[in-house]
Amino acid sequence: MAALRPRRRALLRLCRAFSSGGCQLAPERGGERRDAAPSRVSRFCPPRKSCHDWIGPPDKYSNLRPVHFYIPENESPLEQKLRELRQETQDWNQQFWANQNLTFLKEKEKFIDSRLKAKGLELRAESGQKATLNAEEMADFYKQFLSKNFQKHMYYNRNVSEAGCSVTTASPDQ
Amino acid sequence: MNIIAKRSASWVGGCVWYLERRALQESPRRFLHLLRNVNQQWVTFQHFNFLRHMYVTQLNRSFNQQIKPKPEPVPSPFLEKASLDEAKTEIYKMRPLSPASLSLSRKPNEKESIELEPTPVIEGSIAVGTETKEEKQWKEMKLRVDDLPGILARLSKIKLTALVVSTTSAGFALAPAPFDWPCFLLTFVGTGLASCAANSINQFFEVPFDSNMNRTKNRPLVRGQISPLLAVSFAACCAVPGVALLTWGVNPLTGALGLFNIFLYTCCYTPLKRISIANTWVGAVVGAIPPLMGWTAATGSLDAGAFLLGGILYSWQFPHFNALSWGLREDYSRGGYCMMSVTHPDLCRRVALRHCLALVAMSAAAPALDVTTWTFPVIALPINLYISYLGFRFYRDADRKSSRKLFFCSLWHLPLFLLLMLTCKRPAAQGDAGGPQS
Repeated sequence: MAALRPRRRALLRLCRAFSSGGCQLAPERGGERRDAAPSRVSRFCPPRKSCHDWIGPPDKYSNLRPVHFYIPENESPLEQKLRELRQETQDWNQQFWANQNLTFLKEKEKFIDSRLKAKGLELRAESGQKATLNAEEMADFYKQFLSKNFQKHMYYNRNVSEAGCSVTTASPDQ
Repeated sequence: MNIIAKRSASWVGGCVWYLERRALQESPRRFLHLLRNVNQQWVTFQHFNFLRHMYVTQLNRSFNQQIKPKPEPVPSPFLEKASLDEAKTEIYKMRPLSPASLSLSRKPNEKESIELEPTPVIEGSIAVGTETKEEKQWKEMKLRVDDLPGILARLSKIKLTALVVSTTSAGFALAPAPFDWPCFLLTFVGTGLASCAANSINQFFEVPFDSNMNRTKNRPLVRGQISPLLAVSFAACCAVPGVALLTWGVNPLTGALGLFNIFLYTCCYTPLKRISIANTWVGAVVGAIPPLMGWTAATGSLDAGAFLLGGILYSWQFPHFNALSWGLREDYSRGGYCMMSVTHPDLCRRVALRHCLALVAMSAAAPALDVTTWTFPVIALPINLYISYLGFRFYRDADRKSSRKLFFCSLWHLPLFLLLMLTCKRPAAQGDAGGPQS
């Protein structure tokens, strides 16, 4: 059992580390990594004098804003663990949502194409503009997509809640 | 020769001045950060690099040479499996390197770290201008005290909180008890704080989902304007005094209702949104509780009139929310939200119409329960009939136009309805001292 004082200090450092960054939740080990989602590695490097995290523009695929975590000079093992946990979580979220959005767009295109073909219409009108379906026609697709991916969403929701707990209760003893 | 040299120098100087001005206008913080740097050599090199980047973008702008925008993330409908596999292998290759590149970025020589980071092939050639533009969009996650009030207002959904507090005030005012100003103010503040807390926690839980919906992508936590810890602390600093104020300043029943409502909203409604369409009914209860709280604050008890008011707010939620959700079906589907508008569209419209008609019925019940006089259902009839008509149009037409009309009608219908109720409030009978306050 660690003494009370070092525990409190560690907890304060933990809070400081947690406070300066984005709200990211850790993944379950060996989760969605096999999903192929283009994940841009940003070439951004913050100015040397900055001692805060930096947050970027929304990712084109996942719409999530990447956070570049600041690594302090005297980072403790616990802080490092927390930072790595948050980085992993961020990457996991990034992969999930990039995959989710790309899948959605692909399936939407397929759906539009099949409906237009069924109607006997071309993909592009004479003016060259892409033909679309109206919202009521698309409603069938939205319903299909939601029910098809229900289990996947449940899996994500469960992991996201568990991850939230593990980040907030990262033990100072380890 | 001297003249040419002088002219070139002055031209260069002018360019530098112009670029510096543009830099200052567009990214003052970054620019000032550079200027404040103590290491002169480093500043000069960085400064030069920065200006070089600015020059490239300015040149491109002024010559209308738009850097070819990055391709849309929409893959062509017939995306070949090969390129997807390529993307897969790129991801796997990149993964083991990323921790290394992270630790490398600590080294003072930034150039080295940039070179060692792998460039994904699928990105193609990235123009320098685009990269700089992306770099400029990175923001330091430092709390700016000046922005804090605005950030907290958005975090606590201040407009929604204002609406919630006004329904509580209506409940307080409609209750058959003499209007007590101190009690009213305590209820007002306590409910406001409880609502701020609930909204903040809700935003804390939903960051990745909010990022992916147009309606919510500019929320403070999504944009990194406030840290999650601060958001949760703010929520706690609102919830604790808010509930305490209601419990000990008003009465325990009101405090209990406030606490229950925070729990219902954050721990039941928020997760249920992604599990089942039942979330809409739970959310309607969340909306119905504030006027109940106003009533219990004034009278100290829950009676028929309180439940009538709660019922009115409960029913109102359906035309309001169902109409709103009709236009958000794509975002809900992609975000994994289980909403009636996506999964059970017929039910969605049927329920909205049903509850519009319920509002008419409850207007008639108000005088029967001694909340208002009989004038009320008569003068409220036009607005009730109008919203029912719009509800019927929505039910029949099932299109965006009718859903928007119904939604916007619900926004003015509720305040007007409550105002009419207030004007027709049943006057207190002689010798009616009102219920105990605490």
